[in-house]
Amino acid sequence: MIQADLNTIAPEIILSIYAMVALVGAVYTGKDKIAGPLVWLTAGLFVLLAAWIGLGSGGTHDAFGGMFKDDAFARFAKVTILVSGAAVLVMGQDYMSRRNLLRFEYPVLVSLSVVGMMMMVSAGDLMALYMGLELQSLALYVVASLRRDSVRSTEAGMKYFVLGALSSGLLLYGASLTYGYAGTTLFSGIIDAASGNAPLGLLFGLVFVTAGLAFKVSAVPFHMWTPDVYEGAPTPITAFFATAPKMAAMALLARVLHDAFGGVVGDWQQIIALMAVLSMFLGAVAAIGQTNIKRLMAYSSIAHMGFALMGLAAGTAFGVQALLIYMVIYVTMNVGTFAFILTMERDGEPVTDIASLNLFARAHPGRAMAVLFLMFSLAGVPPFLGFFGKFYVLRAAYDAGLGWLAVAGVIASVIGAFYYLRIVYYMYFGEEGAHLDTNKSPILWGFLVATAAVMLIGSAWMFGVEGAAEAAAATLVN
Amino acid sequence: MIGIEHYLAVAAALFVIGIFGLFLNRKNVIILLMSIELMLLAVNINLVAFSWYHGDLVGQVFTLFVLTVAAAEAAIGLAILVSFFRNRGTIAVEDVNVMKG
Repeated sequence: MIQADLNTIAPEIILSIYAMVALVGAVYTGKDKIAGPLVWLTAGLFVLLAAWIGLGSGGTHDAFGGMFKDDAFARFAKVTILVSGAAVLVMGQDYMSRRNLLRFEYPVLVSLSVVGMMMMVSAGDLMALYMGLELQSLALYVVASLRRDSVRSTEAGMKYFVLGALSSGLLLYGASLTYGYAGTTLFSGIIDAASGNAPLGLLFGLVFVTAGLAFKVSAVPFHMWTPDVYEGAPTPITAFFATAPKMAAMALLARVLHDAFGGVVGDWQQIIALMAVLSMFLGAVAAIGQTNIKRLMAYSSIAHMGFALMGLAAGTAFGVQALLIYMVIYVTMNVGTFAFILTMERDGEPVTDIASLNLFARAHPGRAMAVLFLMFSLAGVPPFLGFFGKFYVLRAAYDAGLGWLAVAGVIASVIGAFYYLRIVYYMYFGEEGAHLDTNKSPILWGFLVATAAVMLIGSAWMFGVEGAAEAAAATLVN
Repeated sequence: MIGIEHYLAVAAALFVIGIFGLFLNRKNVIILLMSIELMLLAVNINLVAFSWYHGDLVGQVFTLFVLTVAAAEAAIGLAILVSFFRNRGTIAVEDVNVMKG
């Protein structure tokens, strides 16, 4: 019995043991000198675990009396998290080592937060949910302030910490009310209590839990930490924040809403739809005035979370499938965009000013073309992959009778297209100015070109993501 | 006779005080940490009260987890606070404003 349980959570156990061994091992050997190899080792382990989880046996396994669930939905999210985590680790390695930021704690903390994320997407119990979420968040608070000697980085860490702790508090209060009114913390028990005429206390619990998780996905009105944290944290860490944790939090939100509160879809549908509309519009409008590309990406991620929530608001299996496809596309686009942002520098110093992209295409036509693909895809211009992500969520919302939400989504995506196209405008038709050097790192170049190619090829063939997402959604919503 | 609703009222009051402390406080980051702690402890009262009401142990186990995590959270918060103080020379809330959010 316990053996089967342990087999189910073997990837998480391996990763946690690896993190602890790596921490102690690095302290007793080269410390920061072995940070570079450690980053590669961690990324390799992530990819191996992703392959193991993705190619392993199918089916649904419950471990520890239902507290931990290994199903197609969890596996889909875990593979995305692990692969994007590995990509971001590898991308940031050069940037961090040249700026004396590459400490051996960095890969260890990232591994621990990835363990937390894997726990989150597999949670089948409020306690497992809380422990996973906190393991992820605590590690992220530390990496946000990794640049200890910078006011911005520590300020980012502090803001993230205070607002993150507030969101955990809200989530916990909701969890305690849910436990009190459902009599159990297991999702399988909560869904029995929360069906038909659910008690008011349970709905209060639902609202608080949703609010706490909305903080983590940075949905409006719980988004205020995002721009500051994105701007203040070192760029490789911002790239990490924009990818894996977003996927994990979104998957967790979908799991809680469907697994635990699947009987009261009508009650949470309006909340999610409202957050989706607000996020899409705020993300689109507030990004227009930004001059810092990292802040711009923060507002862009808020807008994208709005679109992803639209899929969730549909409350159907197709909605969850659309959400998963959208998140995978979003993560891929962000990996590519941040691979480009990491190359932006002048005289060896990182630059994040959008105006520094002036006439970038003249000096580097190939890179500019790759960025153009990514920007068009982020804006949702056909035939790029981003358009298909938006198409899925819009159709899910429309099919579920939320026609107004789909219309609002189209309007918001038109407004949002402005600032992506402005970057393209600067690159091709900007004014003469101080030119931008770019880092010649082949790894970043490779990621940029690969993701740009995916944006184009993906519109013809989505690498089997659609089928996997459909299977994943079917296990969650039934 | 003290019933479950009294415990819930106390916990709700403490939770709201914690949230207000977080938003109204303009002085010191340490007070933010105390407010966060207050919120988590309010949740613990809730959990223990419900656990007693249901006659099971789940809520108390949950409370132990929350206490442990809260301790770790406070340690990390203070560590970030210390490194912020080293850079900025102040821990006043109104000075946490290099970036305007």
